[in-house]
Amino acid sequence: MSDSSENFDLECRNLVRNYGSFAAVDNVSFGVPQGDFFSILGPSGCGKTTILRMMAGFDTPTSGDILIKNKSVVDVPPNKRPVNMVFQQLALFPMMSVAENIAYGLVRKGLGKSEITEKVNSALDRIGLPTSGGKTIKQLSGGQQQRVAIARCLVLEPAALLLDEPLGALDLKLREHMKVELKKMQDQFATTFVYITHDQSEALVMSNHVAVMNAGRFEQIGTPQELYYHPDTSFVAGFVGDSNRWHGKVVGVDKDSVKVISTDGVELLATPAGGDPLSAGGEVDIFVRPESVVLSETEDRIAGMENRIDGELVSVLFNGANSRALIRDRQTGGELDVALPQTGEFSNLSRGQHVHLGWGMTQAKAFVAKGASK
Amino acid sequence: MKLQTATRLTLLLLLAPIFLWLSILIILPHMDMFLISLHEKVGLRTYELSFANYAEFFTEPLYWNTFARTAIMSIIATTLTLLIGFPVSYYIAKMLRGRAKNFLFLLCLVPFWVSELVRTFGWMILLRESGIFSGLLQWTGLAAGPVEMLYNDASIMVGLVYTSMLFMVVPLVSTLDSLDDAQVEAGYDLGGNAYTVLRTIIIPHAMPGIVSGCIVVFMLTLGNYLTPVLLGGKDSLWFTAQIYTQFITRFNWELGAAFGFLLLGLSSLIVWAGLKLSRQTLTETMG
Repeated sequence: MSDSSENFDLECRNLVRNYGSFAAVDNVSFGVPQGDFFSILGPSGCGKTTILRMMAGFDTPTSGDILIKNKSVVDVPPNKRPVNMVFQQLALFPMMSVAENIAYGLVRKGLGKSEITEKVNSALDRIGLPTSGGKTIKQLSGGQQQRVAIARCLVLEPAALLLDEPLGALDLKLREHMKVELKKMQDQFATTFVYITHDQSEALVMSNHVAVMNAGRFEQIGTPQELYYHPDTSFVAGFVGDSNRWHGKVVGVDKDSVKVISTDGVELLATPAGGDPLSAGGEVDIFVRPESVVLSETEDRIAGMENRIDGELVSVLFNGANSRALIRDRQTGGELDVALPQTGEFSNLSRGQHVHLGWGMTQAKAFVAKGASK
Repeated sequence: MKLQTATRLTLLLLLAPIFLWLSILIILPHMDMFLISLHEKVGLRTYELSFANYAEFFTEPLYWNTFARTAIMSIIATTLTLLIGFPVSYYIAKMLRGRAKNFLFLLCLVPFWVSELVRTFGWMILLRESGIFSGLLQWTGLAAGPVEMLYNDASIMVGLVYTSMLFMVVPLVSTLDSLDDAQVEAGYDLGGNAYTVLRTIIIPHAMPGIVSGCIVVFMLTLGNYLTPVLLGGKDSLWFTAQIYTQFITRFNWELGAAFGFLLLGLSSLIVWAGLKLSRQTLTETMG
């Protein structure tokens, strides 16, 4: 994300928004390159919607600057900003037809009638609803409404499209489908998307870049792969993807490894991560992805791994390719989430069966524990 | 089967009060009144069935002029109430939150805890020659002598608008309350300005509330007796006053009854025309 600032369609510099003494957005800076699918991922109440509303112009930053196409827009009212927003509940106009909804912005721009009709029709074609122009909003399904809400913005050719958790109201199946659809639409209209979500899979699947936000600050900005494989902070490691997690004390620091005794008494070898120096006696959080843990019925298969645990199977959480096994550590009673290989190798595991778990040192990431972050 | 008869009986029992109320207090008196209106007095205590009473309304200019004047004044009062009530309702419904909202809404309600008669006398105290406004004008030197502000059309209008305000604000607040803020924001976001957002999003959404408020206010104003008579005096020329005169002063129940039905018919006609003009249906508006 350190491109030259010229290519940024949208940029925030040291953005701050305070509500009284509470900082909803606390000194956030980022740039969105042209044509990017940029997501802001964070738990609810982390301030992501506030950022979006400030970009759209519905909220004013306490300090800092917002630039669209390298021009400051802080003093520009929402109806004059070259960005458009897709609202969480879509906010389609129920008293207008589908075509009138899409035409709304074009009419406000003062375009000619024939030009509007042409643009509306081409937009309806592109979203696959060529014959639905005369329908009312209520006659459309949830997914179709979604597409109309996006088309309504995209016909205006905005510098960026701001999306405020637009898939939140849809059921699971449709949500999965719309993820693909949204990505396709972004390619088709070649517009910069800024997408707000608390759903990590939405962010990971669709985005080119994701910013993980927590308590008003950006924890990390990066590609989905970077966030998943190289989290900068313990928050990112815990929030993006699933992890097994231990809290413990450092007992020994080596060149590129740390030895940690967890609070439940397991001795673990891990790789320091996050850039903060670790020292003996310091408190750390250790994260291990379920798919990094090797499950074996015999001890020799995991013999070469730095971390080994004797466990017994608590239950198998079957979910097709995402099946997991819940395994209890025999020594401490702690439970671990382990991904089952897709080969069906372990399909005959039975409850209470003795298994061996192992993972490499490099798969375990140790972050300095932050005071209250648990 | 047993259950069905039981449900039916329950339903009948539940509906019984409204049926009784409708038939005894509304339908029966109206039928009787209608029969009276069809009587023409031909001699001492001798009556004939005819439409003469209705014909008189159309042949005597004073009567239909009074009606036209009442209708026009009512339409103006309704429009004024809407123009004043809409921003007030918008402010209460959309700009305020929580306690301030309830407080202001209550404030609109408070005057209605006092009877209309008392409220109208209140206006008389303010507006009369020896009243508060007149005194204030003289005290500040804006007027040389006492100013009479009662007994003209403007004072009738003030009273009518004041009396009707609540009936406009309540339906407007409830429809505007149901307008999603995101709709208004989307209107702005897509390039609309305050005027276009009002015209294309807020007003279409509020239309059922506007229409139902207007119908209620129009009907109340048209049928109002106290306010026009007290604030307009002898020259108020209000149609209900005319009906009163027929019944009480002239003891001409036949003509009075005919007027009553004409008021019902003509006002329904105006409401129907208003619904057609605003492309609303009664069920949509009231439902």
